[in-house]
Amino acid sequence: MQVQLPSPKLAATNLACRRGDRLLFRKLSFALEGGQALHITGANGTGKTTLMRCLAGLTTPFAGGVERAENLGLLDERPALDLDQPLGKALGFWNALDGGADPAEAHDKLGLRGLLEVPVRYLSTGQRKRAGLAALMGRSVQTWLLDEPLSGLDTAAIETVTQLIEGHVKSGGIALIASHQRLDIEGLQTLELGDFAPSHQLEEEE
Amino acid sequence: MIGTLLKRDLAKFFPFAGGGASLPVMFFVAVAMLYPFAVGPDVNILSRTGGGVVWIAALLAAILPLEKLVGQDIELGFFDQLRLRGLTEELMMAVRLVAHWLSFGPPLILATFPAAALLAIDSPTLHLLLLGLLAGTPGLAAIGLMIAALTASLRAGAALSGLLMVPLALPILIFGAGALARQDGASLGFVAAISLGLVAMAPFAAGAAIKAAREV
Repeated sequence: MQVQLPSPKLAATNLACRRGDRLLFRKLSFALEGGQALHITGANGTGKTTLMRCLAGLTTPFAGGVERAENLGLLDERPALDLDQPLGKALGFWNALDGGADPAEAHDKLGLRGLLEVPVRYLSTGQRKRAGLAALMGRSVQTWLLDEPLSGLDTAAIETVTQLIEGHVKSGGIALIASHQRLDIEGLQTLELGDFAPSHQLEEEE
Repeated sequence: MIGTLLKRDLAKFFPFAGGGASLPVMFFVAVAMLYPFAVGPDVNILSRTGGGVVWIAALLAAILPLEKLVGQDIELGFFDQLRLRGLTEELMMAVRLVAHWLSFGPPLILATFPAAALLAIDSPTLHLLLLGLLAGTPGLAAIGLMIAALTASLRAGAALSGLLMVPLALPILIFGAGALARQDGASLGFVAAISLGLVAMAPFAAGAAIKAAREV
């Protein structure tokens, strides 16, 4: 019997974020509970990555507030693996830090078994992305922030990763996915970040 | 958790663990080796000025690892992932400071023995030199860490960090090398005090710097 964890929550109220001097979006509100997934779409430069980092607590919002769990997982284009180390050792560091379970299952699922001896430097974009996901799976966090989780992945891997996300959501987790690709996940909600761009809203108000 | 992090940082920075981190020690010995060629083999001149040369070499050797010290891990998103696991930036930087000092302080102190032989440094001077480096290198490591964290997000960061290190390290150099000239260990107390202050300050300053680097 699994220990019943309190239902996770991720919410933003009237959130506005900027990058440099430019306001990217404003008046963004949403609330997610365990078992829900939200797909963030938007053209390049609308602030998907900034939103992710803001929700993760890595940057301070320009206005508004974020409500989130103490610990959450973020997967972005930087998997934080030492370039000179073989993949197995680089992932082993995070596993030791998280005190996680045996990582072999996650490695098998993501097809990393044959790559564990290869230095991270020589891995392709898609392979690194999969390694980052393996590190995320090793943590028992309920909130997943995924920034372009499917970029660089081949067709088979896209299916595996989609299933992983779906499984995570079904088991009561939260997934927030910023992606340009279509996602086949049951009950997925969609949020177009471009709708919250400042100029767009001004036009509407006028 | 701290042990795991320290082990990883040491694997990245400790000399002979790969990654070209032995360069500062090689540089240090190379300066000691070149100096007699440049000023001539006069034992009197060498033993009188050798201690100062060792101090300058130590200061310059401390600049070499700065480029990789913080910037690379910011680019890799390493500190972000640690932050998401609830570690504070101050703790990350404190661990980094220990790893940085361990990977250049003790190796430099050991390399002082061959350097002293090359520069005909006598035994009382060597004694003061070793004590001075033991007291001074933590301070040099702390200055280096603060500068590396501050300049990590700048494009010309590496060149700038070398320039910034020199004036800030001056007090340690003056008191450390001054002890040799007067053959009196009293001023090494100042070196230790400066180091202590810098070591206490560095994790907070460097932590604030990497936090600020995210907000661009």
